[in-house]
Amino acid sequence: MTASAHDPSQAAIETIRARVFAFPKRHFLSAGDLNALQAVELLDLADAFVALNRQTSKTLDILKGRTLMNLFFENSTRTQSSFELAGKRLGADVVNMNPKTSSVAKGETLIDTAVTLNAMRPDLLVIRHASSGAASLLSQKVSGHVVNAGDGQHEHPTQAVLDALSIRRAFGRVSGLTVAICGDVLHSRVARSNVALLHTLGASVRLVGPPTLMPSQAERWGVTVHHDMKSGLAGADVVMMLRLQLERMQGAFVPSTREYFRFYGLDREKLSRAAPGAKVMHPGPMNRGVEIDSDVADDPAISLIQDQVEMGVAARMAVLTSLAARLEAAQ
Amino acid sequence: MNASQPLAFVNARLVDPESGYDGRGGVIVSEGVITDVAKGREFGKLSKAVRVIDCGGALLAPGLIDLRVRTGEPGAETKETLASAAKAAAAGGVTSFVVQPDTAPAIDDPSVVDFILRRARDIDSARILVAGAATRGLKGEQMAEIGLMREAGCVYVTDAGKPIVDSKVMQRVLTYAKGFDALLAHRPMDPWLGKGGAAIGGEFAGRMGLPSISPMAERIMLERDVALLEATGGKLLVDQISSAQALETLERAKKKGLRIHASVSINHLSFNELDIGDYRTFAKLNPPLRGEDDRQALIEALASGLIDVVVSSHSPAPAEDKRLPFDEAAPGAVGLETLLPALLSLYHEERIALVDLIRAVTLAPAELLGLRGGRIAPGAPADLVLCDIDAPIIIDAARLLSKSKNSPFDGRRLQGQVLMTVVDGRVVHRAEG
Repeated sequence: MTASAHDPSQAAIETIRARVFAFPKRHFLSAGDLNALQAVELLDLADAFVALNRQTSKTLDILKGRTLMNLFFENSTRTQSSFELAGKRLGADVVNMNPKTSSVAKGETLIDTAVTLNAMRPDLLVIRHASSGAASLLSQKVSGHVVNAGDGQHEHPTQAVLDALSIRRAFGRVSGLTVAICGDVLHSRVARSNVALLHTLGASVRLVGPPTLMPSQAERWGVTVHHDMKSGLAGADVVMMLRLQLERMQGAFVPSTREYFRFYGLDREKLSRAAPGAKVMHPGPMNRGVEIDSDVADDPAISLIQDQVEMGVAARMAVLTSLAARLEAAQ
Repeated sequence: MNASQPLAFVNARLVDPESGYDGRGGVIVSEGVITDVAKGREFGKLSKAVRVIDCGGALLAPGLIDLRVRTGEPGAETKETLASAAKAAAAGGVTSFVVQPDTAPAIDDPSVVDFILRRARDIDSARILVAGAATRGLKGEQMAEIGLMREAGCVYVTDAGKPIVDSKVMQRVLTYAKGFDALLAHRPMDPWLGKGGAAIGGEFAGRMGLPSISPMAERIMLERDVALLEATGGKLLVDQISSAQALETLERAKKKGLRIHASVSINHLSFNELDIGDYRTFAKLNPPLRGEDDRQALIEALASGLIDVVVSSHSPAPAEDKRLPFDEAAPGAVGLETLLPALLSLYHEERIALVDLIRAVTLAPAELLGLRGGRIAPGAPADLVLCDIDAPIIIDAARLLSKSKNSPFDGRRLQGQVLMTVVDGRVVHRAEG
């Protein structure tokens, strides 16, 4: 019997170390970068981090000596905090850059910023940006590993990992489940990443929303498209709501929040169409009474929303660890 | 070289779009004009004063006339000057090009037309022509001094990439320009359907999360333009048509006998939206690239003559304007040097006959503007291009002569090496080696 068997915190650490795998690519820009085996390995690793995060001592030295830069061109308190916490718990030196108050506001371009930051030799760069493709552009110009923390309307791959982790922990599997992703799919990077990863993991995916908020030819993504919540939710195991970006209201994508809630907001009545035991998810922040009723969002028996926040830190720790493992493998 | 020394081009594959000739032949030029043309025969004994150039079977065609070239001069000379654009033109076999009016200040006044033409007189590597703005400041509100600009030498009027949204203004411009027999070039793009978009809406843009433009934005405004053209009897050039839907509208208008013509950019004949790939901003263009079905339809339309003219749509943008996230990056690509070899791809792929391709970049634009060039006939200007159409080349953007290097053809393998360019009887470019 090893010493770790007596020490639960040591056991969690050993599990983590046993599950570490080198990421398939230098950067994590898209949920589609993972194949099924790698996705499962990443979820297994994230699972081990959940156990660690629930202990009193949550820190490790996996990223000791490494520098993690959070580069958030768009505000996002929760994602930034989640990455910051993930980096710190792994022992990295974490720097938060706020480009809005830096040289970027004075006309410096993303590439200029990247080149400047690169000279500081960060090992891991986490970027959020309002333009699709910004993370990809940055990744071509820096020597460190880039993690896409949301690029425009394109992808948010770590959100997909944490969502998949939340689903797997709730159901014990992802494969074979039916997931309905509902709301403003058109502008949602969360939806694009989730469609990719859930497919990889063997789930069947539906997209539900008004035609004005559905990307053109979305059915070619390998999903079924529904414009009616009743058919869209029928028999679904997971109902993943998306945030309606209220600024879109001015673009007349939907007539009013009142009408939107009537037809596309999730309440008990609409949820009753889903499979028995269905779970509800939301990437946050929520517009209560617009896309989701508080009654549903706050019911711990059906809502995974708080789990998603918890899983966020673990999922990001897993991603950072795997990228660092690739870094070490390369050195 | 002495411009007055007569030149004899012999042993060429002579292509003349006016007569439809494509065969062996030669040309003698003297005093800036073509003085003799041999088709299917050799010249007799030439005087010793004539310098003989053996073309070795290479293509000898009229110099290219490019109706759509943006320069940075005046206002943004770091992007491109008239002189650097002219050098690039000569290297690409383009002997005349029309400067777009979206400069700073805009070419919306006879004095600016005059300024450009005076600058152009000092530049001898290409003929520089000017398009005047259709509306003041290209704002689409008040008509520019079309008559005075015509008098100053502008060859057509256009608001360049900006559509004239106000239908009443568009109607007045068409009506007024008719009085001066001025051609109006107009980009059809419904501004509301195109607002904020960086790519054409469809599966690709949706998957990439790119803010999109409705695929119908072009057709809808073209339908309006055709209706106004019908009412006014003006003369319209549809600037860089890019969609299969708009081609249907164009065809109907042509069948009605309206004075309507269309250009297409070489980029839209060569690339589709998938060339954007991983947010490659060199492939960000205006109008944006479309699907392969549209590209094929454009090629068919060029082959059938529905589309009259091919343009380079030369739009220099330096690295600082391109090295940005896709939706923030400047649209456009340089194209003066790649126009001819890219166009020849359609010949090598056996899609369009060589003489028809050459017509679209020589005679067709010349006729639209009422120029004497674009043909190989005695009395025509001695503007010629000699090109080895089979020679393989790899486009290296870094070696382009434009001051900006934004070329989507970078790294692409093409066939067609410009060997020599002649303007006004003077050799203005000769290939190295």
